[in-house]
Amino acid sequence: MTKDQIQARFLLNWPGFSLDIDLTLPGRGVSALFGQSGSGKTTLLRCMAGLERAGQGFLSFKDEIWQNGKTWLPPHRRPIGYVFQEASLFPHLSVLNNLQYGRKRIPEARQTDLDPIIDLFGIGHLLDRKPDRLSGGERQRVGIARALAVNPRLLLMDEPLSALDSARKQEILPYLEKLRDRLDIPIVYVSHSPDEVARLADYLVAMNNGKVVTHGPLKETLARIDLPIRLGEEAGVVLDAVVAERDPQWHLAKLDFPGGSLWTRDKGIALGRRVRVRVLARDISLACDNREHSSIQNVLPGEVEAITDDEHPGLALVSVKVGPSVLVARLTKRAAHRLEITPGQAVWLQIKSVALME
Amino acid sequence: MILSTGDLQAVILTLELALVVTAVLFVAGTPIAWWLARTKSRWKGPIGAVVALPLVLPPSVLGFYLLLAMGPNGPVGRLTNALGIDPLPFTFEGLVLASVFYSLPFMVQPLQNAFEAIGDRPLEAAATLRASPLNAFFTVALPLALPGFLTAGVLTFAHTVGEFGVVLMIGGNIPGITRVASVQIYDHVEALEYGEAHSLAAVMLIFSFLVLLTVYAWRPGAKKA
Repeated sequence: MTKDQIQARFLLNWPGFSLDIDLTLPGRGVSALFGQSGSGKTTLLRCMAGLERAGQGFLSFKDEIWQNGKTWLPPHRRPIGYVFQEASLFPHLSVLNNLQYGRKRIPEARQTDLDPIIDLFGIGHLLDRKPDRLSGGERQRVGIARALAVNPRLLLMDEPLSALDSARKQEILPYLEKLRDRLDIPIVYVSHSPDEVARLADYLVAMNNGKVVTHGPLKETLARIDLPIRLGEEAGVVLDAVVAERDPQWHLAKLDFPGGSLWTRDKGIALGRRVRVRVLARDISLACDNREHSSIQNVLPGEVEAITDDEHPGLALVSVKVGPSVLVARLTKRAAHRLEITPGQAVWLQIKSVALME
Repeated sequence: MILSTGDLQAVILTLELALVVTAVLFVAGTPIAWWLARTKSRWKGPIGAVVALPLVLPPSVLGFYLLLAMGPNGPVGRLTNALGIDPLPFTFEGLVLASVFYSLPFMVQPLQNAFEAIGDRPLEAAATLRASPLNAFFTVALPLALPGFLTAGVLTFAHTVGEFGVVLMIGGNIPGITRVASVQIYDHVEALEYGEAHSLAAVMLIFSFLVLLTVYAWRPGAKKA
C-alpha cells in the first residue's frame, strides 16, 4: 500500500449496469472522473463515499483502509466531504445551520474556523436565509462550503455544476479554481464536461460502460492521440504557461509555455502569473512553410509525432511536438495526405485561438 | 347544551383512549412507517397490506379475532395469564390494544408517505456530514416529516374517537371503563332517548369537524425548499 494514494477496486452488478474498476488515484490535486452519463463515474464516486456498497471491493485512502472484504466503513465514519449535483441543503435549516451541521459532528480538535470558508464562497450575507430563499448558484456555493466545513481529508464532487445554467457555471468555476489552488486535500471530481475537466483537473480518469478506459496525468493524457478518449469537437490539449509580456497597444498578452509562446487577448492577468491554456485540436492548422501573410498570429514550429484517425472517417488527429510540449491538431485526411504528414516531419502550427484559464 | 354525568364520563373516556392510542402509535407506528418507506425487501408488500387491513375489514371481524386472541385460549390471553395479569377483554387496556391495531393504518400511511417524499438524498447528505443513521433520522427525517406526523396524529386520534364495532366486541359497555361516546350514543338511541343522543352526537360532529379542519387547513412547514 502506497502512503499517498487512493486505491479503489470495485465490482458491482446491477440489472443492466455493472461497474468493474481497479484504479489508483494520486493523493493530491484534482482527479477528474470523466465520461458520458451511464459510464459509472457517479457510481464509482458513491462507492468511494460509502453511499453505495459494492459487494466485492477494496478502498484505501492513504494509510487507511475503508473497504476490504467484510470491512466496510459506513459513510458517516469516512473523513470525506461530498458535494451533490443538486446542492441538497437541508430545507429546514438556515444556511449557517447547514454549514454547522457537519462541523459540529467532527471531533473538536479537527474543527476549523468557518469564516475563511464563508469568505471564500462569498456567502456571508446569506447565513440567516433558508435554502428556498437562495438562487441555484448560491445554493451550490453553500453546498460546497458545507462539505468543506467538516474539514475533510478527501473531497468528492459529483458534477457540482451540471444542474446550473451556463451563467451560473461561470459564477461557480472561479470558486472551484480557488479551491483547487488553496486546498491541500485531494479532490475527486465527476464531470462530463471537457471544459470543466480542462480547467480543473490534474489527473484524468476516462470512463465508459462501468470501466476505466484510460487514466493518467491530464496534460499527458490529453496529448496522447493513441488513447481511446473521444472528445470530438472538444479534443485538445492543456498547457501550463506564464504571463510573460503584456502589450498595452494591442491589448494582448504573451504566454510562455515550455517550448514556445502564444499571444492571446489580455484579460488583465498580472505578469508572472501561472495560467492554464487550452488549445483545441480544431483550432490548429498545419502548414509546411511559414506563411507570413496570414491573420493568424500564433505560428509555431514543431515536429510531427504521430497521426491517427479521429471519430469521423474524414478526419485525422496529429500530435506535434513543440519543444517538450505536445499539441494536437485536427485536419481532414485529404489535407494530411496532400501535406504528406509523416512522423518526424517538421511543420508549422497555425493556432487560431487559445483559451486562457486562470 | 348540557351533557349528563354519564355522557361526560363517556366523552372523557373516549378522549383518554384516543390520547393513549395516539401516543402508543407514534412510538410503534413510526418505525413501521420508516421501514415501509425505505425498505427494498420483498416483505414490503405483504407487511404493507397487513397494516392496511383495518381500513377495509369490518370492525366486528377485527374485534372478533382480537377477542379470540385475548381470550383465555388465545396467544395474548395465555401471555397475560402467564404474566399474572387479568385477561384483557372488557378492560381499558384491552380497548387500547384493540384500538392500536384498528387505527394502525391511520398512523402508518401518512408517515410512510411523508418519509417517502423526503427521499434518499437528505439522508445521504446527512451521512456524508458525519450523522449516524439514527442521528440523521432525528435531525433530518423527523423535522422534514413534521407535517406528516401532524396529519398522522390527528387522523389516528379522530379515528379512535370514532370507533364503535371493535369497542363493542372487546370492551362491551362498562361505564367509566369501556363505555366510550359512540357506544353511549347507541345506548341512548336504543333507549329512545333521542334528546340525549342529539346532544352527544352534536358534540362528536363538531369535534370531528374541527379536527379535520385542523388537518386540511393548517399545515405548518408544508412548503418545500
